[in-house]
Formats: sequence, C-alpha cells, structure tokens
Amino acid sequence: MTALPTPAQTVGPFYGYALPYPGGPEIAPAGHPDAITLHGRVFDGAGEPVPDALLEFWQPVPAGRTGSMRRDQTTGGFAGRDGITFTGFGRVATDPDGRWAVRTLPPAGVPYLSVCVFARGLLHHLFTRAYLPGPDTEADRLLAALPAGRRATLLAAEEEPGRYRFDVRLQGPEETVFLEFR
Amino acid sequence: MRATQHDVSREIAREQEEYRRLGVVRHHPVRSYPPYRSSALRHPEHPLVAVADPEAAELTGPAFGATDVTELDADLTRQHTGEPLGERITLNGRVLDRDGRPVRGQLVEIWQANAAGRYAHRRDDHPAPLDPNFTGVGRCLTGADGSYAFTTVKPGAYPWRNHANAWRPAHIHFSLFGTAFTQRLVTQMYFPGDPLFRYDPILQSVTDDNARARLVAAYDHDLSTPEWSLGYRWDIVLDGPAATWTEDATPSEEDR
Ligand SMILES: [Fe+3]
Repeated sequence: MTALPTPAQTVGPFYGYALPYPGGPEIAPAGHPDAITLHGRVFDGAGEPVPDALLEFWQPVPAGRTGSMRRDQTTGGFAGRDGITFTGFGRVATDPDGRWAVRTLPPAGVPYLSVCVFARGLLHHLFTRAYLPGPDTEADRLLAALPAGRRATLLAAEEEPGRYRFDVRLQGPEETVFLEFR
Repeated sequence: MRATQHDVSREIAREQEEYRRLGVVRHHPVRSYPPYRSSALRHPEHPLVAVADPEAAELTGPAFGATDVTELDADLTRQHTGEPLGERITLNGRVLDRDGRPVRGQLVEIWQANAAGRYAHRRDDHPAPLDPNFTGVGRCLTGADGSYAFTTVKPGAYPWRNHANAWRPAHIHFSLFGTAFTQRLVTQMYFPGDPLFRYDPILQSVTDDNARARLVAAYDHDLSTPEWSLGYRWDIVLDGPAATWTEDATPSEEDR
C-alpha cells in the first residue's frame, strides 16, 4: 500500500435528487419467476425511523454486466433499467417512515445480499449482509462466529414465500452487525 | 438551547486533542463525532466485525458502462437551455487504489449546491435563489488512467442547523465505485483556502491533519481555460481490499 486513502464524508441530507434513480430498487429482470422482495426499515438509536438513509445492494454476477442506471442518450434523462439484464446492483432511499424495498433474484454462490448503508449523520458508510434462510446460511462461518443475539440481526425473515424482511438498526440494543473488510 | 459556534469549536478542539493523545493514525472520520449532532443516534456502538474471507462477495463490485452515463452528464453547465450563474470551473483528477494503481472504467457521481449555496432539493429551505439552469448532478466513468473530468460552477457555502450560525464550507459531494464493493466511497471535495474549514464539524470529523488536507482540491492554473473556467485538481484514493488485481479488470470497449 503506497497511497493514503481519501477520507469518507457523510452523504448528507440532499443526495435525494442525485443518487436515487428510476428502477434503482428493481434489481431482478421484470417478470422473472424467481424474483424475491427484500424490504425493511432503518432505525436510529432511539428507535426512530431514519427517513434519509440510502441503501445499496450488491450480489455477484458475471463480470462487466452494465445497465443499472441507463441514461437516455437523447435527453440525458434517466431511462431506468432495461428490465432484462441482471446487473446485481441496486440502490434505494428510505421513505419518511424509514422504509425501503428491493426486488431481486436469490443470490448465487453466497447466501446473502451485500448491503451498504449511507445516511445523513453517518460520517462513514456501513457494510452489512442480509442473509436469506437456507442451508448455506445455517453453515455460514461468519454467522457461526457471532453470539446468537447478534447473529439474528443479519437474518432476513421470510414473511411469506419470496418476501423477506430485513431491518437495519444503526444503534441500540438490537444494533445490526456491521462489517469491516481486511 | 442551541449550541453556539463557540461551544462546537471547543468540542472540535477537544476531539483533536483526544486524537493526538491516542497517537494512532486514523484516515477516516470516527462515526461517533459529538460536534456533528446528527451522528449521536446514527453510529453503531459495537465494534465492526472483521471479515477476512477471500471469497467474500464484496471483493467484486457492480460495473457501469456507456448505457448508464451520457457525455452530457459530465458537464453540469450544459444540462439546461441557459447558462447557470456562478464561477465556471473545470475539475479534473484521478481515482487510484491503495497501491496507487488507476481505477479504470468506474462510475464517479457528483452533486452540489448552486453558486448561491442552494440545492435543487425539495427539502433545502435555505432562502438563497434556485438557478433554473443548474441542477447540480453529474456523472462520468474513469478513463484508462483512472482520470475523471467535470465542468460545473463553484458551489456556494450554505447554512445548516447543527448549531447557531453553522455554515458549510463550499463543497462538492462525490460518490465512487472501485472494482470491489469494499472500495465504495462517498465523500466531499473542498476548495483551497476556505475560511470556514475550522468551523465545520463535518470536515473536522477527519481529525488527522494530513487526511483532512486530502479532502481539499488544488487550484491548478494549467487546468484553467482562457476566457472560460478556473481549474481545480483533486485525486482520490479508494480504501478497502479488492479481489486480485489484473491488467484487464476493466470492462472491454464494447461494454463501455
Ligand atoms: Fe452538501
């Protein structure tokens, strides 16, 4: 390592007209029979919803799949996703109740969706994982190493077939497990 | 009662002192930084859990290409029928990884206030004029040498409610992707010599003097365009591990 990193700064309160884009939460190709819904809320340390958080999701796909944002070449406006290509990347802002939802495909190769959390008040983003129920999650080493109470914060709960709930708690007794990569 | 600038400046000094006393270099802001009031309930109290898994999905990342970005996106002064008000600037730099290698073909997004210090955001109620010819959002992909370039106007300083008489120094918000999700960075670029630096808890949350200096662009006269714009240069280094780096880790030309 020779170069010193550029420090992070908060995303601030005014990213809302810049970063979210039409189709950002629609990661799955339109009408895909295997598509699942992952949704939840973001809470602060007082249990209040966080209305100005931004969540990003990543799950591996064959290299170089572009087309997450799709600009209209004529108007320069956002055209949204093409509805066909699965690019593995999603972005969604929370609503005034701290709610968010994405539609995606079950992750391949790993039992989780990678999540990155940004918010006003959060000076440096946070990484976490939303694990979906299944044998690979039960066998996951990272989960196994966590105390039971904390492990539960990484488990998305199946509410009905194909619909999972995953809340993010930035602080407090049920604080989500956040990750650091080395 | 709302804290005064004097109160907050004293807290900033206390945090600086504490950082120096610890004597360990910290490049990023600590997430719990009392002078920035909104951080109080929005930072985790448990230590982060270390992941040392070479198979981790986060060691790869999303790709963006020519379908995601248009030429127009990098020139914030040409997104409307008229010209925005303010001091026109050209902003160039390179995106590198921790080993100093160029980060190629990756998405750079910026957003900013207009020259009067007002965001084109519905919740910005600062009584400064909106500019019908300026939205303040830009995107581009880095080139083969990791370079990016934007044309925009210099944003104004703006007030916020962290404490009484709180003003943000002029800044441009940046969002960057590396080849791995772990390299993801959202940050802010500042302009050299701004008198507001020392009063701003967001900039001062980077308690290391050298690290904080890396958030400030350099005025570059050679980048200034005669009769047109003033030039600023700002290089960005992405932190975090990635999967093994290969020469051809960039999207091919067809993908771009
Ligand atoms: Fe700002």
